[in-house]
Amino acid sequence: MYFYTYDGSFEGLLTVVFEAYERKAWPTAIEPEQLAQPSMFGETIAVVTDEERAGRVWLGLKKRLSATALDSLYYTYLWEQNGFERLIFDYVRLVFDSPESVEGNYTAPFILQVQQIHKQVHREKHRMEAFVRFQKTVDGLYYASISPDFNVLPLIVRHFEKRYADQRWAIYDSTRRYGAYYDLRHTSFVQLENPALTPKQQGKLSSDQFDEDETRYQMLWQVYFDHVNIPERKNPKLHLRHIPKRYWKYLSEKQPRLQ
Amino acid sequence: MNDKVIGKLKILADAAKYDVSCSSSGGKRKNENKGLGNAEGMGICHSYTEDGRCVSLLKILLTNFCIYDCAYCVTRKSNDVQRAAFTVQEVVDLTINFYRRNYIEGLFLSSGIFKDADYTMERLVRVAKKLRQEEKFNGYIHLKTIPGASDELIKEAGLYADRLSVNIELPSEQSLQSLAPEKNYAEILLPMDSIKNQLVQAKEESKLFKATPKFAPAGQSTQLIVGATAESDRQILQLSDQLYKGYSLKRVYYSGYVPVSTDSRLSIITEPPIIRENRIYQADWLMRFYGFDVKEILDEANPNLDLDIDPKLGWALRNRHFFPVEINTADYEMILRVPGIGVKSAKKIISARRFAPLHFDHLRQMGVVLKRAKYFITCQTKSLQRQDFDSEQLRRRILFGEGSVRSALLTQQLDLFRQVG
Repeated sequence: MYFYTYDGSFEGLLTVVFEAYERKAWPTAIEPEQLAQPSMFGETIAVVTDEERAGRVWLGLKKRLSATALDSLYYTYLWEQNGFERLIFDYVRLVFDSPESVEGNYTAPFILQVQQIHKQVHREKHRMEAFVRFQKTVDGLYYASISPDFNVLPLIVRHFEKRYADQRWAIYDSTRRYGAYYDLRHTSFVQLENPALTPKQQGKLSSDQFDEDETRYQMLWQVYFDHVNIPERKNPKLHLRHIPKRYWKYLSEKQPRLQ
Repeated sequence: MNDKVIGKLKILADAAKYDVSCSSSGGKRKNENKGLGNAEGMGICHSYTEDGRCVSLLKILLTNFCIYDCAYCVTRKSNDVQRAAFTVQEVVDLTINFYRRNYIEGLFLSSGIFKDADYTMERLVRVAKKLRQEEKFNGYIHLKTIPGASDELIKEAGLYADRLSVNIELPSEQSLQSLAPEKNYAEILLPMDSIKNQLVQAKEESKLFKATPKFAPAGQSTQLIVGATAESDRQILQLSDQLYKGYSLKRVYYSGYVPVSTDSRLSIITEPPIIRENRIYQADWLMRFYGFDVKEILDEANPNLDLDIDPKLGWALRNRHFFPVEINTADYEMILRVPGIGVKSAKKIISARRFAPLHFDHLRQMGVVLKRAKYFITCQTKSLQRQDFDSEQLRRRILFGEGSVRSALLTQQLDLFRQVG
């Protein structure tokens, strides 16, 4: 039995794949080093991330997989749910060990599961692109805070860069405690942790930080939302299917009415 | 807060909401000038109203003053409602500020007709022009074409807008004459034809010259009101079919009539025909994405869609000789025709069966919904059904049998029908 640990990065995970092949020692489990429990049985292998080795694994995958399938693998990493490392490993091993392409073979459990994860993560990405609400601050920054089910911040940056090329913006993931900041030229990932704040307060703006027009536009948006509704067609079930309650916290139109 | 714009927004959003189009997809406008916005690719619904409709665009009228008196319309001249008008600058400010906060994908601007068609159209064009040229706005713009507006204005509108639309509203000339005496089909179809020709021309030119200005890259659409007049579903769908084929429309929208008027010219309904509208949309999808001909969906013997079951199931029950379909060998086109199997499931089936013969368990794991499909398919010649049912028995089994859960809305509306009948 071989227990692999790595530093939690995607490159680290690809390095694990490289080492497992090199040693012909197939992992029983793969875990980030800070979470790993020492085991009485078997051997623990602590893998140090190696960009060159990770790159070789990725290149090998590129030769055998389409861009969509490569995305699926990366999405599975961002999915972050229990056992994702093993799933990625099993998928990659299936790809390397099959003489022909395995893509689209939904009769194989790993392939089907990775495809379903891709769908889940993609849906969350799309929801964040839709439900992020920027608030304009006194210094002209458009700011939003999110706490997505999966780690989709790296996936949505490109969308917002293209869309808001002429305004400074920042999106902060308050669960994972990091954010993306666009300064009119490029986007960088930043930590802006304030230890004095509770997790709930992390990344929230108070209204004295608002631009003078901010409250007015939030109010106009609420007015618009109320008046575009057709009461005769009310359908709460459909409404909730489209915006489940856990997303309401982002939406200014779902907050108490401003006066 | 005392704000004139708030008052106007209330009135002019209320007046625009019966126009159901809210799509923001199909645009190809990229943010190439380091400006604001990007309207490539997929549309995004930024919110949903409590009636479950997508909110993607800021959908407002420029004004609800109108010289026309169309019986079905909340903005008709004789209706006693508050009137208001936005200035061009007010619409621009709302659009830009909503867009910057990620509330919307863009603007859908329509208008009541004040003075005359050209005067109104010219104002709409001015808003779009200002957004594109002064604000460097690359978000989505959908402009309503005012019936009777000049060709030049429509052409100019197409330079700034991603989509243009002309609403037909009433599905027959006869209804139009009785409910909207100032309008006629010829006048409505004329701008539609003109837009179509412009679209074709722009496409031809772009093949020759790379820098040809774009003309309404997301095409044109229209809306038909369902249930205000007596047309059958067959008449409505035949009209849509002609519009898709003859005018290459991107979309025909159907709006279940919400009674906004007690005008004696209208048929009396108490609540919007939501189920009927939904069935018509399903049929529309069958024509556009599932390879169905309008004649297969409805014919003289069946002029209206069955409200209880979806039109694909209806077709399958009338055409049992095509079934069962063997999942492992049938063509993609035939798998698409199985009730309950959509485009995504059909593609997954085609992909997976290259690797291994499929069983029902595979289908379940892939997420193929078998509730209806199981009566129409076999996997390696095996069926989940031990008996043969005739179409009437099948219909009943699918509707009521095996503890199927029906949507509360459907039950509610069907109960109402029963009470009436």
